[in-house]
Amino acid sequence: MQPTTLNQTRLLDLQAGERGLVISLGSGKQLISRLTALGFTPGGELVVNQNYAHGPLIVTVRGGRVAIGRGEAAAILVERRDE
Amino acid sequence: MSCHSDTATSPALDVENAQRTTLIALAGQPNMGKSTLFNLLTGLNQHVGNWAGKTVERREGSLTHDGQRFTLVDLPGTYSLTANSAEERIARDFILHEQPDVVIAVVNAANLERSLYLLAELVSLPAPVVVALNMMDVARQENILVEPEVLEAALGLPVIPMTATRAEGVRELFAAVQETLAGRRGLVARLPEIREDHRESLRVVLEAVQGYVPAPYPTAWAATKLLEGDEEITQQMRALLPAERWERVHQELMAHEDAFLAVATGRYEWIGRLVRAAVVRPRVGQIGLTERLDRWAAHPFWGLVILAAILGGVFWMTFQIGAPLQEWLDTQIIGRVSGWLAAALVSAPLWVQGLVLDGVMGGVGTVVTFLPILVIFFAVLGLLEDVGYMARAAYVMDRFMHLMGMHGKSFLPLFLGFGCNVPAVMGARVADSRAAQLLTILLAPLVPCTARLGVLAFLAPAFFGAAAAWVSWGLVMLSLGVLVLVGVVMSRTVFRGQRSAFVMEMPLYHIPNLRTIGLLVWQRSLSFLEKAGTTILVFSVVVWALAALPGGDLENSWLAGLGRWFEPVGLWMGLDWRLTVALLASFFAKENSIATLGVLFGSAEDAGLASTLAGIYSPASGLAFLTVSLLFIPCAATVAVIRQESGSWHWTLFSVALTLAISLAVGAGVYALAVWGGL
Repeated sequence: MQPTTLNQTRLLDLQAGERGLVISLGSGKQLISRLTALGFTPGGELVVNQNYAHGPLIVTVRGGRVAIGRGEAAAILVERRDE
Repeated sequence: MSCHSDTATSPALDVENAQRTTLIALAGQPNMGKSTLFNLLTGLNQHVGNWAGKTVERREGSLTHDGQRFTLVDLPGTYSLTANSAEERIARDFILHEQPDVVIAVVNAANLERSLYLLAELVSLPAPVVVALNMMDVARQENILVEPEVLEAALGLPVIPMTATRAEGVRELFAAVQETLAGRRGLVARLPEIREDHRESLRVVLEAVQGYVPAPYPTAWAATKLLEGDEEITQQMRALLPAERWERVHQELMAHEDAFLAVATGRYEWIGRLVRAAVVRPRVGQIGLTERLDRWAAHPFWGLVILAAILGGVFWMTFQIGAPLQEWLDTQIIGRVSGWLAAALVSAPLWVQGLVLDGVMGGVGTVVTFLPILVIFFAVLGLLEDVGYMARAAYVMDRFMHLMGMHGKSFLPLFLGFGCNVPAVMGARVADSRAAQLLTILLAPLVPCTARLGVLAFLAPAFFGAAAAWVSWGLVMLSLGVLVLVGVVMSRTVFRGQRSAFVMEMPLYHIPNLRTIGLLVWQRSLSFLEKAGTTILVFSVVVWALAALPGGDLENSWLAGLGRWFEPVGLWMGLDWRLTVALLASFFAKENSIATLGVLFGSAEDAGLASTLAGIYSPASGLAFLTVSLLFIPCAATVAVIRQESGSWHWTLFSVALTLAISLAVGAGVYALAVWGGL
């Protein structure tokens, strides 16, 4: 899915320290179900803890730290939040 | 294992005491300290097996508290109960069909918001729930303040603060269980509701299924599961509902395909209210211990350095402690027992002596000498897991494992294969899908273990002199290259499209619990002894019989006959029947190939044998023999655990056939190249 407004972006494009609000989770029932159980739901707030150019991201969502692959992070759409 | 304690369980006792014992199910997400609590409550009075027809571990234990007997079943750790995985299905079916008297839901005080998600599902099932608010110490360490009384009032369920690692809160937990059983606590649970915009849909579905939901499913629960798109419930209801009612449900579901998220969001709204009431968050900007440690441990460069250091330490320990212990066991225990047996059997027929001393004691010796290394590996694995480091190792290795269609989680078990393939195969269960587990199990035997590296180290100098180190290094790289290649090919063919998404919890670091680790080591070792041990013993006797019969000498034995029969195949790789026999014998234990060659060439296992061989065979044959040795069929112990862990003879035979085909093909290729190159 492509971002539609300026403030919307893929989770993958958030830098370490940036905050965002989940807008949508991409596709795949199984994946959505796993993401949801780990705290990703539309409206949920998250902070990116680590996002280097390679390898999975570390994201804190609903108080839990979650590692998420770059492919999966590219499918999650978020609204960038200012501090 | 001997359970002399009067509280020990056995299936027979369970049935007999069904009337008197109270059944408690322990539910919780992974990393909530659920296993620690289970071990604390049951100690050694527990039985570890598998859930019927599944390769998911089932742990059951018993205990007596205040004269009342309890049977405790540890449900698999799951993040939700959506029936997406075997674990989730097992957990929810157990609660629905076995109807435990009480479900203890273990939640993590340091990560309440996430860990209450499973509770949001549990409260909708027809079983009384007591909440064990565990890891209060970790919450304090991360500067999170949780108020149990407020949470209890907001939830309408008993909430008991605990620190299972320090055995704090057990008495209070049981008091709450007993009050709940007696219906004395007088609380009414507040249930989560679907997000507001979907309440009408839920009402429509609820009305349509009313009166048709089979026992033991609660109607509201079944209706919610339909909206969630749960396959199991959807299929059942489609079969049970009259066509007209199903059509109504179907229309509603089609019109609201996003209902799953509405249900999940409803649960998080419920959780949000609870957390706002009961948790005081740390000040913004305050960095917890976990965040600080992860800046190093999960760093793309320093993380690899730390991982390499830890793994180096593991192998250092294995050789410093494991190898001498192995040696000691071999001489002091196996050697002595063999000595006594030899003395006792002095007047017995020769074949009885051979059977007992070479066949049986040979097998027992292998099993026993495996143990020190296994115990060390299980302990280290358990420690890394319990501290929370395992997820970090998986994290930093993920980008490399990606190439083979695997997750970082499979890295550590595979790496342990350098020590011994057995713990590598047994460790494959950490992978989170069946496909990933199988791929890990199939790749593990391609990692050269110490025994195979020993054969390499013994023969390479004789054949290649000064170049031995380079040849050995090259051969190890070759077998790792083969491993990567097989991984890449398999993940794109046999397991095509089965790579599950990489989403993994990074648990908070915490002080390890020695009791948990100790019990894990005990259970794993026991399971190895019980299952693999007996298989190894049988293999050992069979190999002994093949090598001893019919005449008693190896040269004219059936094993030698087998070697001669296979010689035409061996010749592709420049191997005569004697080298072929050595390979066949290595199936029993990898280092056996040297011992067998020792017997065949009539010299002891010293440098003399190596130079004798170098004198007889060309370097090309030597190179091919070493190549095949590194890649050949895994040893009997590994095959036994492959069978145990894959739960299928089909995959076990596949693994054997795969390694056989690869070793022959690569061996023949290396031989042809070596001959062509003038070796």
